[in-house]
Amino acid sequence: MTTVSSTVTVVRPGAEDAGGAARRVRRSLTSRTASAVAIVIALLWTTPTFGLFLSSLRPEDQIKSTGWWTFFSAPDLTLENYQQVLFGTSSSSGRMAGFLINSIVITIPSVLFPLAFAALAAYALAWVPFRGRDWVYIGIFALQVVPLQMALVPLLSFFSEGVSVSGVQLLPAWELEGTARFAQVWFAHTCFALPLGVFLLHNFMSELPGELMEAARADGATHGVIFRAIVLPLVAPALAAFGIFQFLWVWNDLLVALIFAGGTAETAPMTVRLAQMAGTKGNEWQRLTAGAFVSVIIPLIVFLSMQRYFVRGLLAGSVKG
Amino acid sequence: MSLLSRPARVALVAGGVGLALAVTACGSATPGTSAAGGSGTSADCAPFTQFGKHDGKKVSIYSPIRDVEADLFQQAWAPFEKCTGMKITYEGTGEFEAQIQVRSDGGNPPDLAFFPQPGLLERFAGAGRIKPAPAEVKKLAEQNWSADWVEYGTVDGTFYAAPLGASVKSFVWYSPGMFKEKGWAVPTTWDELMKLSETIAAAGIKPWCAGIESGEATGWPATDWIEDVLLRELGPQGYDDWVAHKIPFNDPKVVAAVDRVGAILKNDNFVNGGYGPVKSIASTAFQEGGVPITEGRCALHRQASFYANFWPEGTEVAEDGDVFAFYLPGNDPAEKPVLGAGEFVAAFADRPEVQAVQAYLATGDFANARMKLATYVSANKGVDIGNAQNPIDKLSIQMLQDPDTVFRFDGSDLMPAAVGAGAFWKGMTDWINGKETKETLDFIEASWPKS
Repeated sequence: MTTVSSTVTVVRPGAEDAGGAARRVRRSLTSRTASAVAIVIALLWTTPTFGLFLSSLRPEDQIKSTGWWTFFSAPDLTLENYQQVLFGTSSSSGRMAGFLINSIVITIPSVLFPLAFAALAAYALAWVPFRGRDWVYIGIFALQVVPLQMALVPLLSFFSEGVSVSGVQLLPAWELEGTARFAQVWFAHTCFALPLGVFLLHNFMSELPGELMEAARADGATHGVIFRAIVLPLVAPALAAFGIFQFLWVWNDLLVALIFAGGTAETAPMTVRLAQMAGTKGNEWQRLTAGAFVSVIIPLIVFLSMQRYFVRGLLAGSVKG
Repeated sequence: MSLLSRPARVALVAGGVGLALAVTACGSATPGTSAAGGSGTSADCAPFTQFGKHDGKKVSIYSPIRDVEADLFQQAWAPFEKCTGMKITYEGTGEFEAQIQVRSDGGNPPDLAFFPQPGLLERFAGAGRIKPAPAEVKKLAEQNWSADWVEYGTVDGTFYAAPLGASVKSFVWYSPGMFKEKGWAVPTTWDELMKLSETIAAAGIKPWCAGIESGEATGWPATDWIEDVLLRELGPQGYDDWVAHKIPFNDPKVVAAVDRVGAILKNDNFVNGGYGPVKSIASTAFQEGGVPITEGRCALHRQASFYANFWPEGTEVAEDGDVFAFYLPGNDPAEKPVLGAGEFVAAFADRPEVQAVQAYLATGDFANARMKLATYVSANKGVDIGNAQNPIDKLSIQMLQDPDTVFRFDGSDLMPAAVGAGAFWKGMTDWINGKETKETLDFIEASWPKS
């Protein structure tokens, strides 16, 4: 495996030009002015988040009457909001801890399924020659222009009524209830993620040198072996990038979850809870600051721990163009 | 180059699959555990025997009511669930209007839905999506609600949905303490109200405060103002005609009524107490619109009965407390039409257990059970006023139960959504921001769907 990866870095087409351009860009981006600008931008971008964070620690009456900046003249901090939001006394005033689990249960399979399917499909479309391959690829690529909102109602009726053509039932209804409805959400997220996933991974995989595949095939490797032993390790950055991308999308999703998981405590993710938390008339909005922070923690951890791959994966796809 | 070592990758995949299996396993296990209901003692269950036994049956309810109020609903019907043996799954959402359409289109409607807008109810009834109410529910509704209310649950002569909760919108909040101290009296006619406003303004306080900011629904509190005044100016019949678009939105009579409101809301001497000039109304959150009353910086705030929940903590809502409300007067003190809102319970299914819940929600027993828990208003005549949790609920229920009261539903909830939940809100926001009355009403009139 190690020998393979070292050869690849050498043979990458166009690496020379891209390297030169990258060096120039890097030089202009590491100048002192650029750093100063970057710091200013970073500060500007962080200020609202910082304000939100301070707000989440202030008592209810202060959140409602004054801005977060007054904290500096009259510091008064409390964890009351977090207590309410996370563990709440009644089933309504928060209990986000439970919804956090739902979010995780929804997110992990909704990331792994599309990753697995997209990787397999991308490999087949890139390296398994068959008739009409390009048309299939173009078809999948074209699916990206379909807004997911258009598919919500058909997909929902697919789950609840099955598929029937002029009275003949082709597929039965799923009839899922309770926690089994997670499966609907996974299915929906997987469907919606596949076009982009296949597209991204296909671009990445088709750039791999053909000599590598031929050599492997000459050694008697089947597609299964090539995919597992050669392609997967090489496209790991792209997998990671798409994985993080999909993770953030699913974690922050409200629409799909609202429709396919519903709003009950059994299946609803945190975003749904967050949307209800301000109360029927919106008079409990002080909880939103703390709620937002609770919901942001996990994506933050994921992103910060994996951002290396995120950037590398995206660049790897684009620079080579 | 490899992101994860191979064992780690295998573990990750295995973990994911394992989790998936575990979850599906949980999913299939839960229905069995919930079948243990129906074990209440016979004495407690006596009032519920009429609804029959529905052991192990499930009824789903979809509603725009969420959070604390949703909890209270669930608490209120818990004994009913226990005694009938059924399980009610309640789901509250902030996106009810859009979601109910999607779920109904997708073939996955709830069994029951609490519709906050008769206009939306009418659309669903017209499309044949909801079931007509069973005879028993109809009987209960006719017995417990006034004809005005029953009419709002009726579409083309068929009764679909019994009312549930209610809120009274024709209220002006004030501070009884401040009134007493300054020697002001609660006005009983519109002229007295205007005179009082001038007296207060002369005393150096901006008499009115208001806030109409409400996210994407910004403007609705102003539409309530207009509706309340129109109801008084045109009378109930004229109001109905206006809602049904038999009187156009830019009719001179409507213009006159809006200008009447403008004499208060667009008068820099009268508004916006505690916040600033007229335009600050548009940027003040409706939840905070009346708060300056508690600080003595404003005297009057027109808002519905539910505003009782928005006062800062520790504010006493009572006739002799920190804040209270009086009826927004009209020209004739003898006529007291009431503008309000409420929910209607419509059914997408006609299974016996669904109809049992529908019937139970239409009884006075349910309304009383709910009222005993916390603040709640229903126009149900079976409501025992002694159960009211606070003076404002009591006043609201008195007004709603009064047989002489003419009740009219919030007009923007009855109009087509393009107007009632769109152009009307937007128009009134522009109007507050300085647009002329006639121009504003022309804009709203133009948005009325043709056909």
